[in-house]
Amino acid sequence: MWNYSEKVHEHFLAPHNAGSLADANAIGEVGSLACGDALKLYLKISANGIIENAGFETFGCASAIASSSVLTDMVKGKHVDEALKISNKDIATALGGLPKEKMHCSVMGQEALEAAIRNWRGEPAVPHAHEEGALVCKCFGITDAQIIRAIRENGLKTVEEITQYTKAGGGCGDCHDAIAELLAQELGKKNLAEIKLAPPKRLTNVQRMQLVMKTIEDEIRPRLIQDGGDIELIDVDGPRVVVALRGRCAQCRSSQVTLKELVEKLLRDHVSDDVIVEEA
Amino acid sequence: MRTVYLDNNATSAIAPEVLEAMLPYLSDLYGNPSSMHTFGGQVGHAVEKARGEVASLLGADASEILFTSCGSESNNTVLASALSSRPEKKHIITTRVEHPAILAPCQYYERQGYRVTYLAVDARGRLNLDEYAAALSEDTAVVSIMFANNEVGNIFPIADMVSMAKEKGILFHTDAVQAVGKIPIDLKTLPVDFLSLSGHKLHAPKGIGVLYIRKGTRFRPHLRGGHQERGRRAGTENVPYIIGMGKAAVLAGQNIQQERTVVAALRDRLETELLQRIPDTIVNGDTENRLPNTSSIAFKNVEGEAILLMLDRLGICASSGSACTSGSLEPSHVLRAMGVPFNYAHGSIRLSLSRYTTAEEIDYVIQEFPPVIERLRALSPFK
Repeated sequence: MWNYSEKVHEHFLAPHNAGSLADANAIGEVGSLACGDALKLYLKISANGIIENAGFETFGCASAIASSSVLTDMVKGKHVDEALKISNKDIATALGGLPKEKMHCSVMGQEALEAAIRNWRGEPAVPHAHEEGALVCKCFGITDAQIIRAIRENGLKTVEEITQYTKAGGGCGDCHDAIAELLAQELGKKNLAEIKLAPPKRLTNVQRMQLVMKTIEDEIRPRLIQDGGDIELIDVDGPRVVVALRGRCAQCRSSQVTLKELVEKLLRDHVSDDVIVEEA
Repeated sequence: MRTVYLDNNATSAIAPEVLEAMLPYLSDLYGNPSSMHTFGGQVGHAVEKARGEVASLLGADASEILFTSCGSESNNTVLASALSSRPEKKHIITTRVEHPAILAPCQYYERQGYRVTYLAVDARGRLNLDEYAAALSEDTAVVSIMFANNEVGNIFPIADMVSMAKEKGILFHTDAVQAVGKIPIDLKTLPVDFLSLSGHKLHAPKGIGVLYIRKGTRFRPHLRGGHQERGRRAGTENVPYIIGMGKAAVLAGQNIQQERTVVAALRDRLETELLQRIPDTIVNGDTENRLPNTSSIAFKNVEGEAILLMLDRLGICASSGSACTSGSLEPSHVLRAMGVPFNYAHGSIRLSLSRYTTAEEIDYVIQEFPPVIERLRALSPFK
């Protein structure tokens, strides 16, 4: 059973502004029957750009209906320029949070809002972002532009999270590699930017040790275990991190590569640039 | 708030008689069935009595009954045993609509180099026996076909399928988790080599399963390290649950006719009324040939999770083949294999009754269900 917030239940059971608007002059449609959820957002926008009224029709689960309902509350009375600043995160926050598997419902709301305002401005009535970028997920019709936007706005770090936020990769799974590549590009970019902006963090010995242990537990061990290996932390001495490879890794001829390419690289990414990994 | 429980294919209520039979073995009668003393020995006798009770429900011999922890354990054990007992054969036949406890091991064996044939189903969820016949080969180690489908209730032609496999000397397993207790199964006339069942689907508690292994069939244990279950499954017996399983089997035998008459009649009334009262509604599956307690109903242009949550507010427990309930993004593998159109698949609800379901409960559901669909359809952009 989903752990929906009280707010989600409220908006689902008694949605605000449900139904179409007869005098709407802006309509945004996203999703489809095949995808399992769809939202048609109706706005009445004044000549000077104030959203005077809003309505919606939604096909989808409780969180899709609740996202639509809360979105209509959020946009009413706002100028379109202000409304366009609403992110999917804002929608989720207004609902007291959404389960991560349901974040795509908030993305759908944000996209419908953007589509409606485009419609009002007389821009092509194509759904958000579909006009730009290449199709990545064929099952759900998601483009690289949509994926990149979700990564940036929500700080996504895994393919699974991207599926939860955009649905991309949730069908046949053929596009997982393409999504992973986009993610790698995005994260790489972000790391570069960070390096340029912020001076390297100075860690105390205790902080450094804890961070090394956490990185090994969370990032490194799971990958090695997947391949039948394992790793044990022996010592942390300044920049030196001494480890022992276990299981299949211990006999593996490419263990030196694992040590440098995987263990050292991840520790440098997560702890600090000067980490040197040695084998016990 | 009242609870109307129509999710018996997920799990069922523990019968009061079952609980009563179990209780002494959770308190005074705690002996180890393997012990030499009378105190433990009497417990051993009770376990053997329960084994006999399960055997007689299935038309089997007590020596053919192995107690496990659940249906999934039985399924996993069968495949591992069948494949390792025929190491030269590298092919498995199953269906696209099996329970994950068969599908996931099959996918695992595929990665190990086995070839797996997943038989397709038609729009009503029926298998094609010609496709099956063509798939049976010299290289086939085991066929595993569910007796009845958990989502739509279809009963598969196991008798025909077993005899076709037997002609070629191929091992045959049936996952009968949804069938046992709901329809009669007689293994004297149905020569399957293995059968899995799960206690909690027939009013025993969760945590007890059975694997039937036909006498003379080679078997490789999954758990080693003890002589229990005649060396076929190590580990001290889960005595109270085995006793409960035995009692549940006795009750199932006594009530099996009632399933076909009383339960089926309630199910049919529920289904007919919902179909009449709610437009654009269809029944999924093979209505000519399905479990007496199961109804899978699809409502056009509404989404299943939303339906379930609204039913939940009314105390009605059901389940859905919709994507949103499972956290996956696509409708259930069963509905997709059947090619149920998307506008119906997302709005598919499974209602599964039991002998404890009352006519009054069915009236309540017939009354309360239609407004739920009306409300959600009013919200939907698809009309």
